[in-house]
Amino acid sequence: MTVGENGNPDVRLVDVTKRFDDVVAVDRLSLEIEHGSFYALLGPSGCGKTTTLRMIGGFEQPTEGEIYLGDAEVSSLPAYKRDVNTVFQSYALFPHLSIFENVAFGLRRRSIRGQTLTGQVNEILRLVGLEGMGKRKPSQLSGGQQQRVALARALVNKPRVLLLDEPLGALDLKLRKQMQLELKGIQHDIDITFVHVTHDQEEAMTMADKIAVMNHGRIEQLGTPTELYETPATAFVAGFLGVSNLIPGTVSSSDTVQLRRGPEVRVRPEALQGRTGEVAVGIRPEKIALGEGQSNTLDGTIVEEAYVGVATQYIVETACGRLTVYRQNASPGLNGASPGQRLTLSWSPDSTFVVDSLEGPE
Amino acid sequence: MSTAAAAEQRLHSNALSSAWEFVKHHVLTVYALLAFIYLMLPIGIVIAFSFNDPKGRFNYVWSGFTLDNWKNWDGVPGLRSAMVLSLEIALIASLIATALGTLIALALVRYGFRGRGVTNFLIFLPLSTPEIVLGASLLTLFLNLTIVFGFWTILIAHVMFCISFAVVTVKARLIGFDRHLEEAAMDLGANEWATFRRVTLPLIAPALLAALLLCFAISIDDFVVTYFNAGPRTTFPLFVWGAARVGAPPQVNVIGTVIFSVAVIGMVANVLVQMRRERFAAAAD
Ligand SMILES: Nc1ncnc2c1ncn2[C@@H]1O[C@H](COP(=O)(O)OP(=O)(O)O)[C@@H](O)[C@H]1O
Ligand SMILES: [Mg+2]
Repeated sequence: MTVGENGNPDVRLVDVTKRFDDVVAVDRLSLEIEHGSFYALLGPSGCGKTTTLRMIGGFEQPTEGEIYLGDAEVSSLPAYKRDVNTVFQSYALFPHLSIFENVAFGLRRRSIRGQTLTGQVNEILRLVGLEGMGKRKPSQLSGGQQQRVALARALVNKPRVLLLDEPLGALDLKLRKQMQLELKGIQHDIDITFVHVTHDQEEAMTMADKIAVMNHGRIEQLGTPTELYETPATAFVAGFLGVSNLIPGTVSSSDTVQLRRGPEVRVRPEALQGRTGEVAVGIRPEKIALGEGQSNTLDGTIVEEAYVGVATQYIVETACGRLTVYRQNASPGLNGASPGQRLTLSWSPDSTFVVDSLEGPE
Repeated sequence: MSTAAAAEQRLHSNALSSAWEFVKHHVLTVYALLAFIYLMLPIGIVIAFSFNDPKGRFNYVWSGFTLDNWKNWDGVPGLRSAMVLSLEIALIASLIATALGTLIALALVRYGFRGRGVTNFLIFLPLSTPEIVLGASLLTLFLNLTIVFGFWTILIAHVMFCISFAVVTVKARLIGFDRHLEEAAMDLGANEWATFRRVTLPLIAPALLAALLLCFAISIDDFVVTYFNAGPRTTFPLFVWGAARVGAPPQVNVIGTVIFSVAVIGMVANVLVQMRRERFAAAAD
């Protein structure tokens, strides 16, 4: 296999821009994808994820910039000369060919015939759980099965990189959850780099080792799911991945922020990263305790309570606006908080992050 | 009202409404049957008179059954060569027109180029222009170019009016074509030609077949345009027209019957193949 033996990442984009007439779909985007990683491009609809993927696959030419697969610059190569395969959002299975022939399509283009061909096709069909379905036509399969065929058809070629454009988008929730785990398992077993496009933050967090959060054709933040969740760099990322409370304030020292209509709170100096002036302090709802106990505190009144199974969600009115607080329902009956009640919220400086402004995702 | 009278009235209205039901159910059948007869009667007569044994030169009055016309289908001088010419022209013209029409349709649907709108319009022109005008203007053109009239002028004329039909037929299929399929083929290592051969062509093949058959049918039956541009050559329609002035031989009906039968057999075969395919698909489940 063409592993990045010389240490080069499998995919490298350098200052890639793609314009469609006057629309800038991708804006000076640079990224590096290490061999064997499960890399997600996450962002709202229209942020340029598909265009980025199509440029890697060879279906669009970048207006500017370079695309490397391994150490080869490929931006002028046609799709059929690139060692990548794609799972299309619409699956794009060939309706006139059987499942077997769909999967064999790439192998036949490389003149693989006979026993070798049959063996490889059947093996990959077994891997995706479609043993014995080779004779059927795509129209005779369910959506989930078609999805697996699309996956098998790409994987059987053992590409350097597999590109997946919202591959689970057309499946129902239950099947989607199941396929997320299966895909992750398959990727782990076959050691191929996956680049996965999705607008579903939960899907990206479940599957990916690395997530690039995109907005307006650029990468807002790159990191592991934990990094992105615990220390989002911008208000957009904080709002796009999960729920967060953002409170405006002003930096008052190397580890404190004066909230605009509230007390001064402590943050880690690393979280400030040398910021001064206007910032916003962020706390995830599950990291706020109902009651005192942590060094950052804020007084408020519970205005809403909603039981959501694993947790109870409280909306608390404070001087700094409404905050969302989750409290895990670890033991039943242990409540003690109800609407109308006044209380003090507290949280640790360690679970406090800081972002530049208050622009959330639009 | 007495019970008996009420019962009688109910009976009466029942009879009325069931009569109405009968009419409602059968009026469509009767109507369809009449329309069918209207359509089929001339064809039936053509077929019947191919078995006629006419007294004299005109095959207009039934005067006895015979198989002679069928055994002697080319017993009339000139009929066989006219038929051969018509078949040649129809075959070559429909092949050329479908090939060119497919390429034009691909260009029109796939690519934005300068003059696309004009091309789209020009393609429709031959469909909407009276044939007599097409024939006469082609005649003028050929005369001006001092081209010798004969096989080639007929062929050029037929390709010309067939192309529009081919373009329209193939275009309809291409418009619904999922471009991701071609991208998927390229993604899997097929170059442009392999993609066309393995994916595009098989998927638009039904439209190509339809275009071929349509062109063939239009060409083999064309009279007006051919009349202007045939020069000394005689196609089957020209032969029939010429023969009709001096008496129509029953062999013309024989050829007509054969052409009609071939068309019907083709259609039935198509339906059977479709049904078989569906049953096969259902069985595979
Ligand atoms: N072929 C195209 N022609 C014109 N505009 C396009 C084309 N493809 C994408 N765009 C535009 O580029 C932007 C990014 O699109 P896309 O990459 O599909 O976003 P995403 O996949 O993140 O939803 C959108 O504004 C979209 O309208
Ligand atoms: Mg997309």
